[in-house]
Amino acid sequence: MLKLHNIRKTFNPGTVNEKIALDGVNLELKAGDFATIVGSNGAGKSTLFNAITGAFIADEGSIILGGEDITFKPEFQRSRVIGHLFQDPLKGTAPNMTIEENLALAYLRAGRAQRATFSRISRKDKEFFRERLALLDMGLEDRMKQPVGLLSGGQRQALTLLMATLVTPRLLLLDEHTAALDPATAEKVLALTSRIVAEQKITCLMVTHNMHQALELGNRTLMMDGGRIVFDVEGEERSRMTVDDLLEKFRQNAGQQLDNDRILLSKTEK
Amino acid sequence: MLASIFSLNVLKTALELGCIYALVALALFLSYSILNIADLSTDGCFTLGCAVCCQVALTGHPLLALFAAMAAGVCSGFITAFLQTRLGVESIMAGIIVNTGLYTINLAVMGFSSNISLVKTDTVFSLAKEALSFMGGWHILLLAALVILAAGGAMLWFLGTRLGLSIRATGDNAAMVRASSIDPAYTITVGLCISGSLTALSGGLLAQYQKSCDINVGTGMVTIALASLIIGETILGKRSMPRRVLGVVFGSCLYRFIVAVALRFNVPAAAMKLVSALIVAVAISMPAIRKRIAFEKRKQEARLRHAETYGTSGKEGA
Repeated sequence: MLKLHNIRKTFNPGTVNEKIALDGVNLELKAGDFATIVGSNGAGKSTLFNAITGAFIADEGSIILGGEDITFKPEFQRSRVIGHLFQDPLKGTAPNMTIEENLALAYLRAGRAQRATFSRISRKDKEFFRERLALLDMGLEDRMKQPVGLLSGGQRQALTLLMATLVTPRLLLLDEHTAALDPATAEKVLALTSRIVAEQKITCLMVTHNMHQALELGNRTLMMDGGRIVFDVEGEERSRMTVDDLLEKFRQNAGQQLDNDRILLSKTEK
Repeated sequence: MLASIFSLNVLKTALELGCIYALVALALFLSYSILNIADLSTDGCFTLGCAVCCQVALTGHPLLALFAAMAAGVCSGFITAFLQTRLGVESIMAGIIVNTGLYTINLAVMGFSSNISLVKTDTVFSLAKEALSFMGGWHILLLAALVILAAGGAMLWFLGTRLGLSIRATGDNAAMVRASSIDPAYTITVGLCISGSLTALSGGLLAQYQKSCDINVGTGMVTIALASLIIGETILGKRSMPRRVLGVVFGSCLYRFIVAVALRFNVPAAAMKLVSALIVAVAISMPAIRKRIAFEKRKQEARLRHAETYGTSGKEGA
Protein backbone atom coordinates (compact mmCIF):
# COMPACT_ATOMS: atom_id res chain seq x y z
CA MET A 1 0.00 0.00 0.00
CA LEU A 2 2.71 2.47 1.00
CA LYS A 3 6.19 2.33 -0.45
CA LEU A 4 8.88 4.72 0.71
CA HIS A 5 12.17 4.55 -1.11
CA ASN A 6 15.27 6.30 0.16
CA ILE A 7 13.50 9.37 1.56
CA ARG A 8 15.96 12.10 2.53
CA LYS A 9 15.36 15.52 4.00
CA THR A 10 17.83 18.06 5.33
CA PHE A 11 16.56 21.17 7.08
CA ASN A 12 18.47 24.46 6.79
CA PRO A 13 21.11 23.01 4.44
CA GLY A 14 24.41 24.87 4.32
CA THR A 15 23.85 26.72 7.59
CA VAL A 16 25.04 26.09 11.15
CA ASN A 17 21.55 24.80 11.89
CA GLU A 18 21.79 22.10 9.24
CA LYS A 19 19.91 19.03 10.39
CA ILE A 20 19.58 15.77 8.53
CA ALA A 21 16.05 14.86 9.56
CA LEU A 22 15.50 11.89 7.27
CA ASP A 23 18.54 9.91 6.21
CA GLY A 24 17.34 7.46 3.60
CA VAL A 25 14.12 5.96 4.92
CA ASN A 26 12.94 2.77 3.24
CA LEU A 27 9.61 1.31 4.23
CA GLU A 28 6.98 -0.88 2.68
CA LEU A 29 3.58 -1.31 4.28
CA LYS A 30 1.20 -4.00 3.04
CA ALA A 31 -2.51 -3.18 2.79
CA GLY A 32 -4.00 -3.47 6.27
CA ASP A 33 -0.66 -3.20 8.05
CA PHE A 34 -0.84 -1.38 11.38
CA ALA A 35 2.68 -0.40 12.40
CA THR A 36 3.68 1.42 15.55
CA ILE A 37 6.76 3.66 15.54
CA VAL A 38 8.99 4.37 18.53
CA GLY A 39 12.06 6.55 18.75
CA SER A 40 13.56 9.27 20.88
CA ASN A 41 12.86 12.97 20.32
CA GLY A 42 14.32 14.17 17.05
CA ALA A 43 14.54 10.68 15.60
CA GLY A 44 12.50 11.83 12.61
CA LYS A 45 9.10 10.29 13.34
CA SER A 46 7.00 13.39 12.79
CA THR A 47 9.23 14.49 9.92
CA LEU A 48 8.55 11.16 8.26
CA PHE A 49 4.82 11.78 8.62
CA ASN A 50 5.20 15.26 7.18
CA ALA A 51 7.11 13.85 4.22
CA ILE A 52 4.27 11.41 3.58
CA THR A 53 1.51 14.04 3.89
CA GLY A 54 3.39 16.53 1.74
CA ALA A 55 3.99 19.28 4.30
CA PHE A 56 7.31 19.49 2.46
CA ILE A 57 8.74 17.77 -0.62
CA ALA A 58 11.50 15.29 0.18
CA ASP A 59 14.97 16.18 -1.12
CA GLU A 60 15.39 12.69 -2.49
CA GLY A 61 13.45 9.47 -2.82
CA SER A 62 9.97 8.44 -3.89
CA ILE A 63 6.65 7.90 -2.15
CA ILE A 64 4.13 5.52 -3.66
CA LEU A 65 0.71 5.20 -2.09
CA GLY A 66 -1.80 2.66 -3.38
CA GLY A 67 0.19 2.26 -6.60
CA GLU A 68 0.23 6.01 -7.26
CA ASP A 69 3.42 8.05 -7.16
CA ILE A 70 2.62 10.99 -4.86
CA THR A 71 6.18 12.27 -4.38
CA PHE A 72 5.42 15.69 -5.87
CA LYS A 73 1.70 15.97 -5.20
CA PRO A 74 0.65 19.01 -3.14
CA GLU A 75 -0.42 18.44 0.45
CA PHE A 76 -4.13 19.16 0.00
CA GLN A 77 -4.40 16.59 -2.78
CA ARG A 78 -2.67 13.88 -0.79
CA SER A 79 -4.80 14.47 2.28
CA ARG A 80 -7.89 13.41 0.38
CA VAL A 81 -6.71 9.83 0.90
CA ILE A 82 -4.48 10.25 3.97
CA GLY A 83 -5.88 10.77 7.46
CA HIS A 84 -3.58 12.60 9.87
CA LEU A 85 -4.13 12.97 13.61
CA PHE A 86 -1.91 15.12 15.82
CA GLN A 87 -1.12 15.19 19.50
CA ASP A 88 -3.06 18.46 19.88
CA PRO A 89 -6.77 17.56 19.86
CA LEU A 90 -7.64 21.12 18.78
CA LYS A 91 -5.86 20.75 15.46
CA GLY A 92 -8.28 18.41 13.73
CA THR A 93 -11.67 20.10 14.02
CA ALA A 94 -13.22 23.52 13.37
CA PRO A 95 -14.45 24.83 16.76
CA ASN A 96 -17.13 27.23 15.54
CA MET A 97 -18.72 24.72 13.22
CA THR A 98 -21.17 22.14 14.54
CA ILE A 99 -20.35 18.44 14.89
CA GLU A 100 -22.56 17.77 11.92
CA GLU A 101 -20.84 20.41 9.77
CA ASN A 102 -17.41 19.07 10.67
CA LEU A 103 -18.46 15.57 9.68
CA ALA A 104 -20.08 16.89 6.51
CA LEU A 105 -16.85 18.61 5.56
CA ALA A 106 -14.82 15.44 6.17
CA TYR A 107 -17.34 13.34 4.29
CA LEU A 108 -17.73 15.61 1.26
CA ARG A 109 -14.04 16.36 0.81
CA ALA A 110 -12.87 12.78 1.12
CA GLY A 111 -15.28 11.57 -1.53
CA ARG A 112 -13.85 11.14 -4.99
CA ALA A 113 -14.84 12.83 -8.23
CA GLN A 114 -18.57 12.11 -7.88
CA ARG A 115 -18.73 14.58 -5.01
CA ALA A 116 -18.84 17.90 -6.82
CA THR A 117 -17.88 21.29 -5.46
CA PHE A 118 -21.46 22.24 -4.67
CA SER A 119 -22.58 18.92 -3.24
CA ARG A 120 -24.40 19.02 0.08
CA ILE A 121 -25.16 16.40 2.67
CA SER A 122 -28.51 14.65 2.51
CA ARG A 123 -30.77 13.42 5.26
CA LYS A 124 -29.40 9.93 4.60
CA ASP A 125 -25.88 11.21 5.17
CA LYS A 126 -26.97 12.75 8.47
CA GLU A 127 -28.41 9.42 9.55
CA PHE A 128 -25.09 7.82 8.65
CA PHE A 129 -23.22 10.42 10.75
CA ARG A 130 -25.51 9.72 13.68
CA GLU A 131 -24.82 5.99 13.46
CA ARG A 132 -21.09 6.53 13.34
CA LEU A 133 -21.17 9.00 16.22
CA ALA A 134 -23.11 6.50 18.30
CA LEU A 135 -20.17 4.10 17.90
CA LEU A 136 -18.02 6.52 19.91
CA ASP A 137 -20.31 5.97 22.88
CA MET A 138 -19.89 9.57 24.03
CA GLY A 139 -23.44 10.77 23.49
CA LEU A 140 -22.29 13.00 20.61
CA GLU A 141 -25.04 11.68 18.34
CA ASP A 142 -27.51 13.79 20.33
CA ARG A 143 -25.35 16.93 20.12
CA MET A 144 -24.88 17.14 16.36
CA LYS A 145 -26.08 20.75 16.18
CA GLN A 146 -23.62 21.95 18.83
CA PRO A 147 -20.34 23.65 17.96
CA VAL A 148 -17.30 21.43 18.35
CA GLY A 149 -15.64 24.05 20.57
CA LEU A 150 -17.89 22.90 23.42
CA LEU A 151 -16.46 19.36 23.42
CA SER A 152 -13.66 18.12 25.67
CA GLY A 153 -10.22 17.32 24.27
CA GLY A 154 -10.94 13.59 24.29
CA GLN A 155 -14.25 14.05 22.54
CA ARG A 156 -12.64 16.27 19.94
CA GLN A 157 -9.88 13.73 19.30
CA ALA A 158 -12.45 10.94 18.96
CA LEU A 159 -14.40 13.11 16.53
CA THR A 160 -11.21 13.86 14.57
CA LEU A 161 -10.55 10.12 14.34
CA LEU A 162 -14.09 9.57 13.09
CA MET A 163 -13.70 12.35 10.53
CA ALA A 164 -10.42 10.92 9.27
CA THR A 165 -11.97 7.48 8.80
CA LEU A 166 -15.52 8.42 7.75
CA VAL A 167 -14.49 7.63 4.21
CA THR A 168 -11.87 4.90 4.57
CA PRO A 169 -8.47 6.51 3.86
CA ARG A 170 -5.66 4.69 2.07
CA LEU A 171 -3.40 5.53 4.96
CA LEU A 172 -3.96 6.74 8.51
CA LEU A 173 -1.15 8.56 10.32
CA LEU A 174 -1.45 8.85 14.10
CA ASP A 175 1.15 11.15 15.64
CA GLU A 176 0.90 10.45 19.39
CA HIS A 177 -2.77 11.23 19.10
CA THR A 178 -3.57 10.18 22.68
CA ALA A 179 -0.55 11.75 24.41
CA ALA A 180 -2.35 14.96 25.40
CA LEU A 181 -5.37 13.18 26.88
CA ASP A 182 -5.90 11.99 30.45
CA PRO A 183 -5.18 8.26 30.95
CA ALA A 184 -8.80 7.09 30.98
CA THR A 185 -9.73 9.09 27.89
CA ALA A 186 -6.51 8.07 26.14
CA GLU A 187 -7.43 4.43 26.79
CA LYS A 188 -10.85 4.97 25.29
CA VAL A 189 -9.61 6.76 22.18
CA LEU A 190 -6.97 4.07 21.71
CA ALA A 191 -9.53 1.27 21.95
CA LEU A 192 -11.63 3.15 19.44
CA THR A 193 -8.63 3.50 17.14
CA SER A 194 -7.90 -0.22 17.26
CA ARG A 195 -11.50 -1.06 16.52
CA ILE A 196 -11.97 1.34 13.61
CA VAL A 197 -8.62 0.41 12.05
CA ALA A 198 -9.43 -3.31 12.34
CA GLU A 199 -13.02 -3.01 11.11
CA GLN A 200 -12.15 -0.93 8.06
CA LYS A 201 -8.80 -2.71 7.51
CA ILE A 202 -7.01 0.63 7.35
CA THR A 203 -3.28 0.76 6.65
CA CYS A 204 -1.95 2.69 9.60
CA LEU A 205 1.22 4.18 11.09
CA MET A 206 1.19 5.26 14.72
CA VAL A 207 3.87 7.12 16.66
CA THR A 208 3.92 6.36 20.37
CA HIS A 209 6.23 6.81 23.32
CA ASN A 210 4.57 4.03 25.23
CA MET A 211 6.51 0.77 24.81
CA HIS A 212 3.52 -1.35 25.82
CA GLN A 213 1.39 0.23 23.13
CA ALA A 214 4.21 -0.16 20.64
CA LEU A 215 4.14 -3.92 21.09
CA GLU A 216 0.48 -4.52 21.81
CA LEU A 217 -1.18 -2.49 19.09
CA GLY A 218 -1.06 -3.42 15.44
CA ASN A 219 1.00 -6.12 13.76
CA ARG A 220 4.37 -4.46 13.31
CA THR A 221 6.77 -2.28 15.28
CA LEU A 222 9.32 0.13 13.82
CA MET A 223 12.09 1.94 15.63
CA MET A 224 13.59 5.16 14.33
CA ASP A 225 16.84 6.88 15.18
CA GLY A 226 18.84 9.60 13.48
CA GLY A 227 16.40 9.83 10.58
CA ARG A 228 16.51 6.14 9.75
CA ILE A 229 14.42 3.09 10.55
CA VAL A 230 16.82 1.05 12.65
CA PHE A 231 14.60 -1.82 13.69
CA ASP A 232 11.56 -3.46 12.11
CA VAL A 233 9.81 -6.40 13.70
CA GLU A 234 6.59 -8.30 13.01
CA GLY A 235 4.94 -11.70 13.33
CA GLU A 236 6.27 -14.40 15.66
CA GLU A 237 9.36 -12.47 16.68
CA ARG A 238 7.27 -9.47 17.69
CA SER A 239 4.74 -11.42 19.70
CA ARG A 240 7.58 -12.90 21.77
CA MET A 241 9.09 -9.49 22.48
CA THR A 242 8.82 -7.85 25.89
CA VAL A 243 9.15 -4.19 26.74
CA ASP A 244 12.63 -4.94 28.11
CA ASP A 245 13.65 -6.55 24.82
CA LEU A 246 12.45 -3.50 22.96
CA LEU A 247 14.36 -1.16 25.26
CA GLU A 248 17.46 -3.31 24.81
CA LYS A 249 17.07 -3.02 21.04
CA PHE A 250 16.75 0.68 21.51
CA ARG A 251 20.10 0.83 23.28
CA GLN A 252 21.83 -1.36 20.72
CA ASN A 253 20.52 0.43 17.69
CA ALA A 254 20.67 3.93 18.98
CA GLY A 255 24.09 3.26 20.47
CA GLN A 256 23.42 5.80 23.15
CA GLN A 257 21.76 6.27 26.51
CA LEU A 258 18.02 6.66 26.47
CA ASP A 259 17.46 10.35 26.69
CA ASN A 260 13.74 10.28 26.88
CA ASP A 261 12.01 10.26 30.24
CA ARG A 262 8.71 9.33 28.75
CA ILE A 263 10.15 6.17 27.25
CA LEU A 264 11.84 5.22 30.50
CA LEU A 265 8.68 5.88 32.48
CA SER A 266 6.56 3.92 30.06
CA LYS A 267 8.65 0.90 30.96
CA THR A 268 6.89 0.69 34.27
CA GLU A 269 3.46 2.07 33.48
CA LYS A 270 0.92 -0.26 32.05
CA MET B 1 -42.41 65.94 16.89
CA LEU B 2 -42.11 62.23 17.56
CA ALA B 3 -44.61 61.40 14.85
CA SER B 4 -42.54 63.23 12.29
CA ILE B 5 -39.38 61.40 13.37
CA PHE B 6 -40.87 57.93 13.25
CA SER B 7 -43.07 58.49 10.25
CA LEU B 8 -43.80 55.68 7.83
CA ASN B 9 -41.75 57.40 5.19
CA VAL B 10 -38.65 57.46 7.35
CA LEU B 11 -39.11 53.80 8.10
CA LYS B 12 -39.61 52.96 4.43
CA THR B 13 -36.50 54.83 3.34
CA ALA B 14 -34.50 53.22 6.13
CA LEU B 15 -35.65 49.77 5.03
CA GLU B 16 -34.87 50.49 1.38
CA LEU B 17 -31.36 51.69 2.12
CA GLY B 18 -30.96 48.98 4.76
CA CYS B 19 -31.70 46.25 2.20
CA ILE B 20 -29.34 47.78 -0.37
CA TYR B 21 -26.47 48.30 2.09
CA ALA B 22 -27.10 44.89 3.67
CA LEU B 23 -25.35 43.41 0.63
CA VAL B 24 -22.06 45.01 1.74
CA ALA B 25 -22.66 43.77 5.27
CA LEU B 26 -23.27 40.30 3.82
CA ALA B 27 -19.98 40.61 1.91
CA LEU B 28 -18.17 41.48 5.13
CA PHE B 29 -19.98 38.68 6.90
CA LEU B 30 -18.27 36.30 4.49
CA SER B 31 -14.81 37.91 4.49
CA TYR B 32 -14.64 39.16 8.08
CA SER B 33 -16.82 36.81 10.16
CA ILE B 34 -16.43 33.60 8.17
CA LEU B 35 -12.99 33.87 6.57
CA ASN B 36 -11.54 35.99 9.38
CA ILE B 37 -9.95 38.41 6.91
CA ALA B 38 -10.19 42.18 7.34
CA ASP B 39 -10.75 43.13 3.70
CA LEU B 40 -10.18 46.87 3.43
CA SER B 41 -10.78 47.03 -0.31
CA THR B 42 -14.52 47.34 0.42
CA ASP B 43 -14.65 51.14 -0.04
CA GLY B 44 -13.04 51.09 -3.46
CA CYS B 45 -14.96 48.01 -4.52
CA PHE B 46 -18.26 49.67 -3.62
CA THR B 47 -17.42 52.73 -5.72
CA LEU B 48 -16.27 50.43 -8.53
CA GLY B 49 -19.68 48.73 -8.56
CA CYS B 50 -21.32 52.14 -8.52
CA ALA B 51 -19.24 53.48 -11.42
CA VAL B 52 -19.45 50.38 -13.62
CA CYS B 53 -23.19 50.17 -13.04
CA CYS B 54 -23.69 53.80 -14.08
CA GLN B 55 -21.70 53.46 -17.28
CA VAL B 56 -23.42 50.24 -18.35
CA ALA B 57 -26.84 51.60 -17.42
CA LEU B 58 -26.16 54.67 -19.55
CA THR B 59 -25.01 52.74 -22.58
CA GLY B 60 -26.71 49.37 -22.12
CA HIS B 61 -29.47 48.14 -19.84
CA PRO B 62 -29.87 48.80 -16.07
CA LEU B 63 -30.28 45.09 -15.32
CA LEU B 64 -27.19 44.19 -17.31
CA ALA B 65 -25.46 46.97 -15.37
CA LEU B 66 -25.99 45.11 -12.10
CA PHE B 67 -24.34 41.99 -13.47
CA ALA B 68 -21.49 44.07 -14.89
CA ALA B 69 -21.00 45.63 -11.46
CA MET B 70 -20.85 42.15 -9.88
CA ALA B 71 -18.30 41.00 -12.46
CA ALA B 72 -16.16 44.04 -11.67
CA GLY B 73 -16.43 43.21 -7.97
CA VAL B 74 -15.26 39.65 -8.64
CA CYS B 75 -12.16 41.04 -10.38
CA SER B 76 -11.42 43.34 -7.45
CA GLY B 77 -11.85 40.47 -4.97
CA PHE B 78 -9.66 38.23 -7.09
CA ILE B 79 -6.79 40.72 -7.10
CA THR B 80 -7.02 41.21 -3.33
CA ALA B 81 -6.99 37.43 -2.87
CA PHE B 82 -4.16 36.93 -5.36
CA LEU B 83 -1.96 39.42 -3.48
CA GLN B 84 -2.44 37.65 -0.16
CA THR B 85 -2.52 34.00 -1.21
CA ARG B 86 0.13 33.93 -3.95
CA LEU B 87 2.34 36.94 -3.36
CA GLY B 88 2.57 36.86 0.43
CA VAL B 89 1.06 40.32 1.06
CA GLU B 90 -0.55 40.73 4.51
CA SER B 91 -4.32 40.56 4.11
CA ILE B 92 -4.85 44.07 5.50
CA MET B 93 -2.12 45.47 3.24
CA ALA B 94 -3.60 43.68 0.22
CA GLY B 95 -6.93 45.40 0.86
CA ILE B 96 -5.34 48.81 1.30
CA ILE B 97 -3.27 48.43 -1.87
CA VAL B 98 -6.27 47.39 -3.96
CA ASN B 99 -8.37 50.17 -2.43
CA THR B 100 -5.78 52.77 -3.39
CA GLY B 101 -5.41 51.42 -6.91
CA LEU B 102 -9.16 51.29 -7.37
CA TYR B 103 -9.45 55.06 -6.89
CA THR B 104 -7.75 55.63 -10.24
CA ILE B 105 -9.60 52.73 -11.87
CA ASN B 106 -12.89 54.16 -10.64
CA LEU B 107 -12.08 57.61 -11.98
CA ALA B 108 -11.16 56.03 -15.31
CA VAL B 109 -14.42 54.08 -15.40
CA MET B 110 -16.27 57.32 -14.75
CA GLY B 111 -14.45 58.96 -17.65
CA PHE B 112 -12.21 61.02 -15.36
CA SER B 113 -15.10 62.96 -13.94
CA SER B 114 -15.97 62.73 -10.28
CA ASN B 115 -19.70 62.60 -10.92
CA ILE B 116 -22.12 60.70 -13.17
CA SER B 117 -25.84 61.30 -13.29
CA LEU B 118 -28.43 58.69 -14.18
CA VAL B 119 -31.36 61.09 -14.09
CA LYS B 120 -32.15 60.72 -17.76
CA THR B 121 -31.76 56.96 -17.91
CA ASP B 122 -33.90 54.03 -16.93
CA THR B 123 -32.94 52.27 -13.71
CA VAL B 124 -34.12 48.93 -12.38
CA PHE B 125 -36.22 50.93 -9.95
CA SER B 126 -37.89 53.03 -12.66
CA LEU B 127 -38.54 49.83 -14.61
CA ALA B 128 -40.00 48.26 -11.48
CA LYS B 129 -42.21 51.30 -10.99
CA GLU B 130 -43.78 50.75 -14.39
CA ALA B 131 -44.16 47.00 -13.93
CA LEU B 132 -45.36 47.24 -10.33
CA SER B 133 -47.49 50.37 -10.53
CA PHE B 134 -50.08 48.77 -8.22
CA MET B 135 -47.50 48.79 -5.42
CA GLY B 136 -47.74 52.53 -4.99
CA GLY B 137 -44.45 53.82 -3.65
CA TRP B 138 -43.37 50.42 -2.33
CA HIS B 139 -41.82 49.02 -5.49
CA ILE B 140 -38.31 50.11 -4.45
CA LEU B 141 -38.50 48.32 -1.15
CA LEU B 142 -39.93 45.22 -2.80
CA LEU B 143 -37.13 45.09 -5.34
CA ALA B 144 -34.38 45.75 -2.78
CA ALA B 145 -35.88 43.18 -0.41
CA LEU B 146 -36.04 40.59 -3.21
CA VAL B 147 -32.38 41.15 -4.04
CA ILE B 148 -31.18 40.78 -0.45
CA LEU B 149 -33.49 37.80 0.06
CA ALA B 150 -31.99 36.10 -2.98
CA ALA B 151 -28.44 36.99 -1.92
CA GLY B 152 -29.00 35.85 1.67
CA GLY B 153 -30.67 32.63 0.55
CA ALA B 154 -27.90 31.89 -1.92
CA MET B 155 -25.31 32.57 0.78
CA LEU B 156 -27.00 30.15 3.19
CA TRP B 157 -27.24 27.48 0.53
CA PHE B 158 -23.63 28.01 -0.49
CA LEU B 159 -22.27 27.78 3.06
CA GLY B 160 -23.76 24.28 3.31
CA THR B 161 -21.99 22.98 0.20
CA ARG B 162 -18.60 21.31 0.17
CA LEU B 163 -16.94 24.51 -1.01
CA GLY B 164 -18.88 26.63 1.50
CA LEU B 165 -17.96 24.36 4.41
CA SER B 166 -14.33 24.44 3.26
CA ILE B 167 -14.39 28.24 3.28
CA ARG B 168 -15.83 28.23 6.80
CA ALA B 169 -13.16 25.80 7.99
CA THR B 170 -10.46 27.98 6.41
CA GLY B 171 -11.45 30.88 8.64
CA ASP B 172 -12.08 28.73 11.68
CA ASN B 173 -9.02 26.52 12.08
CA ALA B 174 -5.94 27.12 9.95
CA ALA B 175 -4.11 24.13 11.46
CA MET B 176 -6.95 21.81 10.49
CA VAL B 177 -7.09 23.16 6.96
CA ARG B 178 -3.39 22.53 6.41
CA ALA B 179 -3.84 18.87 7.31
CA SER B 180 -7.04 18.33 5.35
CA SER B 181 -7.69 18.35 1.66
CA ILE B 182 -8.58 22.04 1.52
CA ASP B 183 -6.43 24.42 -0.50
CA PRO B 184 -6.65 27.65 1.54
CA ALA B 185 -5.45 29.74 -1.40
CA TYR B 186 -8.44 28.51 -3.40
CA THR B 187 -11.04 28.94 -0.65
CA ILE B 188 -9.80 32.45 0.23
CA THR B 189 -9.90 33.42 -3.45
CA VAL B 190 -13.44 32.14 -3.93
CA GLY B 191 -14.55 33.80 -0.69
CA LEU B 192 -13.13 37.21 -1.57
CA CYS B 193 -14.50 37.04 -5.12
CA ILE B 194 -18.01 36.41 -3.78
CA SER B 195 -17.57 39.10 -1.19
CA GLY B 196 -16.37 41.55 -3.87
CA SER B 197 -19.31 40.79 -6.12
CA LEU B 198 -21.78 41.46 -3.30
CA THR B 199 -20.07 44.74 -2.40
CA ALA B 200 -20.10 45.91 -6.01
CA LEU B 201 -23.72 44.82 -6.45
CA SER B 202 -24.62 46.96 -3.49
CA GLY B 203 -22.76 49.89 -5.03
CA GLY B 204 -24.55 49.30 -8.32
CA LEU B 205 -27.98 49.20 -6.71
CA LEU B 206 -27.23 52.37 -4.77
CA ALA B 207 -26.16 54.13 -7.98
CA GLN B 208 -29.50 53.29 -9.56
CA TYR B 209 -31.36 54.13 -6.36
CA GLN B 210 -29.94 57.64 -6.03
CA LYS B 211 -29.53 58.02 -9.79
CA SER B 212 -25.94 59.16 -9.51
CA CYS B 213 -22.44 58.06 -8.78
CA ASP B 214 -19.83 60.04 -6.91
CA ILE B 215 -16.15 59.10 -6.68
CA ASN B 216 -16.37 59.34 -2.88
CA VAL B 217 -19.56 57.33 -2.47
CA GLY B 218 -17.68 54.38 -0.98
CA THR B 219 -15.70 56.28 1.63
CA GLY B 220 -16.22 54.74 5.06
CA MET B 221 -18.32 51.91 3.63
CA VAL B 222 -16.27 49.25 5.43
CA THR B 223 -16.99 50.92 8.79
CA ILE B 224 -20.69 51.24 8.06
CA ALA B 225 -20.96 47.63 6.94
CA LEU B 226 -19.06 46.47 10.02
CA ALA B 227 -21.44 48.48 12.18
CA SER B 228 -24.42 46.72 10.59
CA LEU B 229 -22.75 43.33 10.94
CA ILE B 230 -21.94 43.83 14.60
CA ILE B 231 -25.29 45.36 15.50
CA GLY B 232 -26.92 42.28 13.94
CA GLU B 233 -24.64 39.85 15.75
CA THR B 234 -25.09 41.63 19.06
CA ILE B 235 -28.87 41.58 18.84
CA LEU B 236 -29.60 38.25 17.14
CA GLY B 237 -26.57 36.29 18.31
CA LYS B 238 -24.32 33.84 16.46
CA ARG B 239 -26.19 30.64 17.14
CA SER B 240 -27.12 29.38 13.71
CA MET B 241 -26.23 30.39 10.16
CA PRO B 242 -29.76 31.50 9.14
CA ARG B 243 -29.91 33.59 12.28
CA ARG B 244 -26.57 35.21 11.55
CA VAL B 245 -27.50 36.06 7.95
CA LEU B 246 -30.83 37.45 9.14
CA GLY B 247 -28.91 39.45 11.74
CA VAL B 248 -26.81 41.04 8.99
CA VAL B 249 -29.91 42.31 7.17
CA PHE B 250 -31.59 43.34 10.39
CA GLY B 251 -28.46 45.17 11.59
CA SER B 252 -28.17 47.03 8.30
CA CYS B 253 -31.82 48.19 8.43
CA LEU B 254 -31.48 49.21 12.06
CA TYR B 255 -28.33 51.17 11.30
CA ARG B 256 -30.10 53.05 8.50
CA PHE B 257 -32.96 53.77 10.88
CA ILE B 258 -30.55 55.19 13.46
CA VAL B 259 -29.01 57.36 10.76
CA ALA B 260 -32.44 58.54 9.59
CA VAL B 261 -33.41 59.48 13.13
CA ALA B 262 -30.10 61.27 13.65
CA LEU B 263 -30.68 63.28 10.47
CA ARG B 264 -34.15 64.19 11.71
CA PHE B 265 -32.56 65.60 14.82
CA ASN B 266 -30.68 67.96 12.52
CA VAL B 267 -27.35 66.20 12.78
CA PRO B 268 -25.59 67.55 9.68
CA ALA B 269 -25.07 64.96 6.93
CA ALA B 270 -21.34 65.62 7.03
CA ALA B 271 -21.24 64.37 10.63
CA MET B 272 -22.65 60.97 9.71
CA LYS B 273 -19.25 59.35 9.20
CA LEU B 274 -18.29 60.31 12.74
CA VAL B 275 -21.59 58.94 14.00
CA SER B 276 -21.01 55.63 12.24
CA ALA B 277 -17.45 55.45 13.56
CA LEU B 278 -18.82 55.96 17.08
CA ILE B 279 -21.49 53.30 16.57
CA VAL B 280 -18.88 50.79 15.37
CA ALA B 281 -16.49 51.59 18.19
CA VAL B 282 -19.24 51.21 20.80
CA ALA B 283 -20.67 48.06 19.22
CA ILE B 284 -17.30 46.31 18.93
CA SER B 285 -16.18 47.25 22.44
CA MET B 286 -19.54 46.28 23.98
CA PRO B 287 -18.56 42.69 24.98
CA ALA B 288 -15.33 43.93 26.60
CA ILE B 289 -17.16 46.68 28.49
CA ARG B 290 -19.82 44.23 29.64
CA LYS B 291 -17.14 41.83 30.86
CA ARG B 292 -15.35 44.62 32.70
CA ILE B 293 -18.55 45.71 34.45
CA ALA B 294 -19.34 42.13 35.48
CA PHE B 295 -15.79 41.70 36.78
CA GLU B 296 -15.88 44.90 38.83
CA LYS B 297 -19.25 43.87 40.26
CA ARG B 298 -17.96 40.46 41.32
CA LYS B 299 -14.87 42.04 42.82
CA GLN B 300 -17.02 44.48 44.79
CA GLU B 301 -19.14 41.61 46.12
CA ALA B 302 -16.04 39.65 47.07
CA ARG B 303 -14.74 42.73 48.86
CA LEU B 304 -17.93 43.00 50.88
CA ARG B 305 -17.77 39.31 51.87
CA HIS B 306 -14.11 39.78 52.72
CA ALA B 307 -14.98 42.73 54.96
CA GLU B 308 -17.68 40.71 56.73
CA THR B 309 -15.33 37.80 57.39
CA TYR B 310 -12.13 39.59 58.27
CA GLY B 311 -13.37 42.99 59.36
CA THR B 312 -11.19 44.86 56.88
CA SER B 313 -12.00 46.08 53.42
CA GLY B 314 -8.91 44.39 51.98
CA LYS B 315 -7.84 47.70 50.52
CA GLU B 316 -5.06 48.19 53.06
CA GLY B 317 -3.07 45.27 51.66
CA ALA B 318 -1.25 42.59 53.62
